[in-house]
Amino acid sequence: MNFNATLIGQSITFIFFVWFCMKFVWPPIMNALETRKKQIADGLAAADRGRHELELAAKKAGDNLRDAKAQAADVIAQAEKRAAQIVEEAKTAAKQEGERQLAAAQASIDQEANRAREALREQVAALAVAGAEKILRREVDPQTHADLLAQLKAEL
Amino acid sequence: MPPSKTHFEKFDTMASDYASSSEYIKHHLQNLTYGQLPAGYERQDHAGNVEVLQQATWTVAHNAAEAKAMGFWAINLDSMIFSIGLGVLFLFFFNLAAKRASAGVPGGLQNFVEWIVEFIDGAVRGSFSHRNALVAPLALTVFVWIFLLNLMDLIPVDWIPYAASLAGVPYLKIVPSTDPNVTFGLSLSIFFLVLYYSVKMKGPGGFFAELAFQPFPKWLFPVNLLLEGVGLIAKPISLALRLFGNMYAGEMIFILIALMFGGGSIMAAFGGALQWAWAVFHILIITLQAFIFMTLTIVYLDMAHSEHH
Repeated sequence: MNFNATLIGQSITFIFFVWFCMKFVWPPIMNALETRKKQIADGLAAADRGRHELELAAKKAGDNLRDAKAQAADVIAQAEKRAAQIVEEAKTAAKQEGERQLAAAQASIDQEANRAREALREQVAALAVAGAEKILRREVDPQTHADLLAQLKAEL
Repeated sequence: MPPSKTHFEKFDTMASDYASSSEYIKHHLQNLTYGQLPAGYERQDHAGNVEVLQQATWTVAHNAAEAKAMGFWAINLDSMIFSIGLGVLFLFFFNLAAKRASAGVPGGLQNFVEWIVEFIDGAVRGSFSHRNALVAPLALTVFVWIFLLNLMDLIPVDWIPYAASLAGVPYLKIVPSTDPNVTFGLSLSIFFLVLYYSVKMKGPGGFFAELAFQPFPKWLFPVNLLLEGVGLIAKPISLALRLFGNMYAGEMIFILIALMFGGGSIMAAFGGALQWAWAVFHILIITLQAFIFMTLTIVYLDMAHSEHH
């Protein structure tokens, strides 16, 4: 091994290279790496956030859908209930009307019957009187027995 | 190519051009050294002519003896050129990526650079438990630069030296990490950082206490100082020698395999297969060595920051 000034030359060269590397090579590259790392981290965080928001939105949409379905079901149930009620009401009204009409018919029948009975009674009375008159024509004076006849007629 | 004088004159490096294998190996293990030869030095050229230098001369060493004679104040041109070139290449591409870096979708180069940066950042976070803006860029530089230095080992041993020899360059070691000057230059720089942070974080007294007052009781402080001192010095030495040793050994095996190419067609075919296999295995070694160097750098700096338990 033959040592000479190359030793010193190499040391100087080495120190210069290290200085240059430290000044102009290392910092910009590390800087770029750090910045990119940060950007990637930010991007990932944003993606996470986006995914989370998407999940929230999906959940919200599901909730809304469920609410809407529930509401629709409510509306339908109410409508059904209301329809049943209306039908029921209509039935009751029809029944009442029927009963009312029946009662009216009954009343009118009763009235007619009464009237017919009245007429019949008058006719029977008249007939009776007429019969009696014919029988009693000779001995009974209608004028004197008029009140008696009227009384009889009323009793009939 | 048969051995010939003319090729020697052109400093050919093909294995078959050498009179002996050892000469070929030696040639491959010699750095291109530039330094000052002292006055009165006897230079011997390949033809055996001796030239006595009249005065001290700055020149490129033409053999190992000349490189040795140049003493400490010489420089290995090949190590410096390849290591600086690879370092500039590394910083150019990484700086390009850093300038274009944005938090948006990364392109090809940016993606690759970010991949390495994140790998280093993870390693630093795993091993370094304090806050220091220097450590991660230091680890990045250590890892990528050493990896590139080692990567030169995968280029077939003769290609670039042979091309250079045609251009008149006598020696060329293209793998800077097989030059101990390079690995020690790195490890000693890191060692000084370790010393600096040890003193800065613990104070001179705290650092001394760490070296002198443990693991044995205080009155045994000379023993402690010796043990801990050896441990401290061993850090840069082992760091440098591990990298150097691995790369030197790997390069040596490539050279030995390359010798087979001169031994006939069957040997050459066998050598080719071996070279391929060793290169594939070496991909693991060069990456591993760069990683080990980086990890130990981080660990040593972490120890420098930590109060001793």
